[in-house]
Amino acid sequence: MRSNVPASLILSVALLGLAGLVLTVGFAPGPVSAQMLMNGTGATFPYPIYSKWFDEYIKVDPSVRFNYQSIGSGGGIRQIMERTVDFGASDGPMTDEQLTKAPGELFHIPTVLGAVVPTYNLPGDPKLRFTSDLLAEIFLGKITKWNDPRIVAVNPGVALPDRPIIVVHRSDGSGTTYIWTDYLAKVSKEWEQRVGRGTSVNWPVGLGGKGNEGVAGQVKSTPGAIGYVELAYATKNNLPAAAIRNQAGKFVEPSIQSTTAAAAGAAKNMPSDFRVSLTNPPGEDAYPIASFTWLLVYKDQPHQVKGQALVKFLWWAIHDGQKYTSNLLYAPLPSQVVSQIEAKVKQITYQGKPLLAAR
Amino acid sequence: MRRLAHSTRVTGGWGDHLFRLLIRAAALILLVIVLGLVIVMIRAAFPSIRAFGWSFLFTSRWDPVAEKFGALPLIYGTIVSSVLALLIAVPLGIGAAVYLSEVAPPWISPPISFLIELLAAVPSVVYGLWGIFILAPWLRTQVQPALGATLGFLPLFQGPPYGVGMLAAGLILAIMVVPFIIAVSREVLLAVPNAQREAALALGATRWETTRLAVLRYARSGLMGAVLLGLGRSLGETMAVTMVIGNRPEISASLFAPGYTMASMIANEFAEATSDLYLSALIEVGLLLFVVTVIVNALARLLVWSVGGAVKAVRE
Repeated sequence: MRSNVPASLILSVALLGLAGLVLTVGFAPGPVSAQMLMNGTGATFPYPIYSKWFDEYIKVDPSVRFNYQSIGSGGGIRQIMERTVDFGASDGPMTDEQLTKAPGELFHIPTVLGAVVPTYNLPGDPKLRFTSDLLAEIFLGKITKWNDPRIVAVNPGVALPDRPIIVVHRSDGSGTTYIWTDYLAKVSKEWEQRVGRGTSVNWPVGLGGKGNEGVAGQVKSTPGAIGYVELAYATKNNLPAAAIRNQAGKFVEPSIQSTTAAAAGAAKNMPSDFRVSLTNPPGEDAYPIASFTWLLVYKDQPHQVKGQALVKFLWWAIHDGQKYTSNLLYAPLPSQVVSQIEAKVKQITYQGKPLLAAR
Repeated sequence: MRRLAHSTRVTGGWGDHLFRLLIRAAALILLVIVLGLVIVMIRAAFPSIRAFGWSFLFTSRWDPVAEKFGALPLIYGTIVSSVLALLIAVPLGIGAAVYLSEVAPPWISPPISFLIELLAAVPSVVYGLWGIFILAPWLRTQVQPALGATLGFLPLFQGPPYGVGMLAAGLILAIMVVPFIIAVSREVLLAVPNAQREAALALGATRWETTRLAVLRYARSGLMGAVLLGLGRSLGETMAVTMVIGNRPEISASLFAPGYTMASMIANEFAEATSDLYLSALIEVGLLLFVVTVIVNALARLLVWSVGGAVKAVRE
């Protein structure tokens, strides 16, 4: 009996201690630091270039440290709307409804460009060409064989097998899917009405693979499969990528240059808020399945010092930052668009006063 | 002597009282967490519940663009993939456990147990990658054509062989669940008193009869617990299944066809879900997964309870 007393007491003390620990951890103030912490969340697609930028930018301005969580564009939009972060990031533009719901005016700042390419698995790895109609019909499940006369017609000289086409798409919601379906919706009335555009859609046919690696893995291991992946992913992994006929009627290979050309083609009619879809753009050399990725920031910044640091970073990103794009296989912004964005960054204010001194 | 006992009781009473309070709080916190979870999920899922009502459970269209959501194929996929996994894993797992505890020479048990624990610790994304690159191609080129040729008259084994699909999901779940079933079953079987075995052997039972009548029957409810653990794991498994199931929200009789599970849907679409109704529908899927898990567990417990009752009746 006697020995039980200390045992129960010890356990009690231990439990109390544990509770105390939980409470202290819960309420302890964060580490005090002279560095300013800039929080952002959002898209996964630009994460490699953003983290490179944040690393490099410390050398430019040691007083700012960035914390970026790549939880997805949806999360980025939600968190900037709730003002829990200093900036958001998204691969798809916000809708009008979301913009009116936001507690302040939000700017879309394009940072880099990405492209999406069709990849396939056929014996002998032939170089294929597609028109927009072909891609739409294949993904609608209307062209089901590789030796369909319509595919043969645009690929003269390629021996196409009598195999069923197995469509592979992304199963996870993603900006890549948004760009792909946005393109299909622009070029096919039926796609627009039956499926539409979105980060996830109701696919008429096909298997879903998780992430670029899931789609690529399924395409690689399934003869007769066709899927779509990011340009960077296809290049890094040497996946076969098809050339696509653009609006000007030219077959264009996906590449960094042809992606930048897509944005240059759209520069003439650029809307002032940059919420523009670059798919199926005009321009001889434009690759037609490309898109901006955006940072989302409030026009009127809530803190002066932080706001100043943020606009300085944005300015750096669209100028000096662009040189890091090619190594990481992103397409840089064309110069026409950079000057358009400059004007936008200059409009960011703190209590109505512009944060960026005239340059 | 009396004084001493008295003083002990006073201290003990105080310490015990405090201790009881604390452990009660610990238990209550669990209850609060579960209740909180349910309340938060119901509140967040409410827009979807209001918009779709019961049709959410009985329709098959999952269209984020048009914002029409029906979760029936997800419920179907979750249950079918788990049942398939258990059909494979239970005989395999319990068989292996019986071998380890009843038949195997003593030196073989430790290394095998070590390997089993190793398997249980492999992260599910690794199983998933293995599923994409090895299991699915093997199914597509070898297993599915063979099954189609021999058992193709059954609707279960019809359709084009993609490799990925319900069969791949069931298999990968079975592989993931087997270590848990073996580990728990082995412990349960080792806990069967030796007197049981000796009594059966003394009556002239063969080794098989001893195992079946004296050991397995005695350990029945414990083995059921092992199966339940496996079931719980396969219902909630996300990553590996997502990578091999094909992610197509459709109900098909064929095991070759792609399917979808509730956990996969949440993992796939939550990060990029922007509209409120879409998000709410995904949370309702989470709520549904919770409800399905509770129902399945309750049914299994009922089964254990009824089996336990039967055993008691036999003994009496």
